[in-house]
Amino acid sequence: METVVGSRARSDIREFIQAKFPGARFTDSDDIFGLGFATSLFAMQLVMFVEQRFGFQVDNDDLDLANFRSVDAMAALVARAAPAAVEQGVAGGTGA
Amino acid sequence: MKRIGVVGAGVMGAGVAQCLAQHGFQVVLVDLGADVLDQARERIRLDVRMGRLLNNGPAELDPDLIQGTTDYDDLAEVDFVIENITEKWELKQRVYPRLDQICRPDVVFAANTSALSITRIAALTRRPDRVIGLHFMNPVPMKPSVEVIRGWHTSAETVRTAEKLLAGMGKNGIVVGDAPGFVSNRVLMLTINEAVCLVHEQVATAEQVDRIFTSCFGHRMGPLETADLIGLDTILYSVEVLYESYNDSKYRPCPLLRQMVDAGLHGRKSGQGFYTYR
Repeated sequence: METVVGSRARSDIREFIQAKFPGARFTDSDDIFGLGFATSLFAMQLVMFVEQRFGFQVDNDDLDLANFRSVDAMAALVARAAPAAVEQGVAGGTGA
Repeated sequence: MKRIGVVGAGVMGAGVAQCLAQHGFQVVLVDLGADVLDQARERIRLDVRMGRLLNNGPAELDPDLIQGTTDYDDLAEVDFVIENITEKWELKQRVYPRLDQICRPDVVFAANTSALSITRIAALTRRPDRVIGLHFMNPVPMKPSVEVIRGWHTSAETVRTAEKLLAGMGKNGIVVGDAPGFVSNRVLMLTINEAVCLVHEQVATAEQVDRIFTSCFGHRMGPLETADLIGLDTILYSVEVLYESYNDSKYRPCPLLRQMVDAGLHGRKSGQGFYTYR
């Protein structure tokens, strides 16, 4: 079962994508590149967002498009690679 | 050819330097300011990571392969020069005679220009037979082909040398003649300029224009997203060069394009163009 913190990381990622593509409709499990609105060049922006937002560097082995195809995949990467950063970043980051 | 001089460390120069280094060439990367070279290093680091992300390439690059310098004299021992400075004739006019003095007489100069005449650039040197155009596309490491432009005096041997270098970079060349805008930009810049006019006249939004190209024509990217990627300042320069070269009003830059450039909205590299990149 997902934690509250994990759920907020997920919503942060979703919010970032939605802000870039205001008209896009997608679920957390959708392949955003497959849907056509996000190009592969956007993938690097996702990497940079995740790194800045959650305060860690994506490991070279994790620099794989599969980890950035969907909100679910990115949330899983963040939870796996930087669980502590997620707690800290989300708790202090959104100001909500 | 082992040691390649890359002049200009902006988006294109950094991309060329990265691609060369990734294929084992030693690169001397020259620009006027240390800050520009620092930005180029950071851009290369990010682009190498992007290559890893998209193509499963190496995640790191040997930093010793690219020597950044602000001293043109460091080009004295290079075997080939690729020049990537801003598309302004006044700047090219200053750089080429300087390169001509510093580099060995056998060295080929390739102008990575999207619009300026190779014949005219060659006339700035005492080696017009060894000047050629290599119009790389952005992002350089990801594009398989290069538009190669033969100037009036460009020799067959120079074309072969350039093709050999491109092969060493994992690319192939498409050799065309020298006319303003060549093939690529004569068509592309006019298309982008017309797309900007459509937005200016409120016929369609940027998203709508681009969607017609992506959804209807199946292009990977629409003209305005392409413009943001290239840089709106570069687009404006290129359209202005076409306008001046042909003296034909069909190349007149759209006022909105000029205004966006004046406002600092240069596209992806500035964080804002027709789209937002923050």
